[in-house]
Amino acid sequence: MDDAPVTPAGSPAPASPRPGGPADPTGQVAAATAQAPHRPRAGRTRLVLGILTLIALAASAAFLTYGVDGHWDFALPRRAATLGALAVVGAAIAVSTVVFHTITHNRILTPGIMGMDSLYVLAAASVVTATGNSASAVLGPVGAFAANTLLMTGLALVLYRWLIGDGSRGLYTLLLVGVIGGTLFGSLTSFLLRTMDPNQYDALMSDLFASFTAVDLRLLATAAALLALCGGAAWWLAPRLDVLTLGRERAIGLGVDYRRTVTLAMGIVALLVAASTALVGPLTFLGVVVANLAYRLTRTYRHRVNMVAAALVAVAALVTAQTVLQHVLRFNGTVGSLVALVGGTWFLWLLVKEARS
Amino acid sequence: MITIDSLTKSYGRQVVVDGVTLELPDSGVTSIIGANGAGKSTLLSMVSRVLGADAGVVTVDGLDVWNAPGRKIARRLSILRQETHTQARITVRELVEFGRYPHSRGRLTPECRAAVDEALAFCDLGELEHRSIHELSGGQRQRACVAMVLAQDTRYVLLDEPLNNLDLVHATALMRLVRRLADERGKSIVLVLHDINYASVYSDRIVAMRDGVVVRDGSPADVMTEDALSHIYGAPFVVHTLGEDRIAAYYR
Repeated sequence: MDDAPVTPAGSPAPASPRPGGPADPTGQVAAATAQAPHRPRAGRTRLVLGILTLIALAASAAFLTYGVDGHWDFALPRRAATLGALAVVGAAIAVSTVVFHTITHNRILTPGIMGMDSLYVLAAASVVTATGNSASAVLGPVGAFAANTLLMTGLALVLYRWLIGDGSRGLYTLLLVGVIGGTLFGSLTSFLLRTMDPNQYDALMSDLFASFTAVDLRLLATAAALLALCGGAAWWLAPRLDVLTLGRERAIGLGVDYRRTVTLAMGIVALLVAASTALVGPLTFLGVVVANLAYRLTRTYRHRVNMVAAALVAVAALVTAQTVLQHVLRFNGTVGSLVALVGGTWFLWLLVKEARS
Repeated sequence: MITIDSLTKSYGRQVVVDGVTLELPDSGVTSIIGANGAGKSTLLSMVSRVLGADAGVVTVDGLDVWNAPGRKIARRLSILRQETHTQARITVRELVEFGRYPHSRGRLTPECRAAVDEALAFCDLGELEHRSIHELSGGQRQRACVAMVLAQDTRYVLLDEPLNNLDLVHATALMRLVRRLADERGKSIVLVLHDINYASVYSDRIVAMRDGVVVRDGSPADVMTEDALSHIYGAPFVVHTLGEDRIAAYYR
């Protein structure tokens, strides 16, 4: 993270027109001050996104091929499914976190820290309790996922939309309510689990805490489709989210329908959290790491850039960690704890930094 | 024309704006003055639809500000509020480009670029355009915010205490800019001002509020009298005539 490729901020604009820059069609504007280094960050954005793409691709290639030893037809499909799950989960968590940061006007809290993935787990437990059987036995894994997602999204829209309000609640209020909410959802879940028949309990646990190494392909396809849908919606919403970074009042002054935009964004966040939690269970601290790393790398407020960068960082980080743990060190299912360790430390550091400033 | 009809807002039992009815003209400089808590900023917040009213209607060129599409209003009416901070890294030019959002929805046309360049030049920000707004002094940041409002290019411009953070020289420069906008572009500029002498020297009309109601409304000559000012602020004033200007003294 060095400052190398950027034009030094505040240096006088060179008078010559930028090579390759668009000519000014109106011709009235003084070329000297206006057109010169028009987007000093555009080059940086391309560089950052290019490098991140390369890293993510290299990590994926390493994950697919490391130590296969000739059993390609056995290893490759399994590894591809795991890779798919890592990519979907990473992208979903990254995009949901970037959007969540904008609508809460802070860059520390994530849907995970605010207990939204616990809400998904609670929804799943409620569905099982209500249907009297493991939802996935009755509805199939995709049907169960749909039921859980619907319930969770509905609850999240009501609860979190109310909590965010007009964006004027402070960081610590949100954090406090989030921690209490997460604990409450966790306690309600364990209450439901205690009342459950052991067979239901087993089925639910295997639904919820499936790891990256045991991926249901139909569920993966459904989650990927949901990710594509929500990613598209977030892309479409991005210009409005850009305006939202200026704060509620300025956004309203610029003609953005604040309430509607925040509600839409909240819906996108809830669906993405459902998609990632359904695949691998809660990964509470991943979002805060990848989003903040992306902001530092891109140095822009533009959501399209930040969402893509954060998704690439997430995929690269998850795939690298999984490669090292699964293939090099031969551990199983420990990516979640590694994410919690690294992410939790980073989160504490961000909180301390925020408290000082 | 902005029409304000029986606009009311209260917080708990405290009535902040109490049934204000007012018309703001199509052009010229209108200043709103009054003591702290008189309801000036609350009134402006409601007109700019940042704050909902308890009762009453505000229309801009016949459009109800709370029911018409936000973008339509944002092409007619812009507001500069006391600063809200953002964590994102935004340069001066990018901030000013946001002013074009109601016209372009984020895709800048050549016309937008021209408007942005002009706003930057108007506010003397050419050399700062690629600086991050975090690196600027309070006054420079205020000018950048003014430039954003200029780039929005609306008929009505509301400025809520625009002279905050500005030193004497920059405050005067901003008021001259406001005057030029009204005279050269025919815009209607409504300001909340604490410095009544700026209001006196630069306004076409002064609206004075006290306890949530309009108590004086007229030309500077009407409002800048010792009686009127004492009534508005509940404190003694001495008004001097300096050249053509009426200057109030309240220091002793």
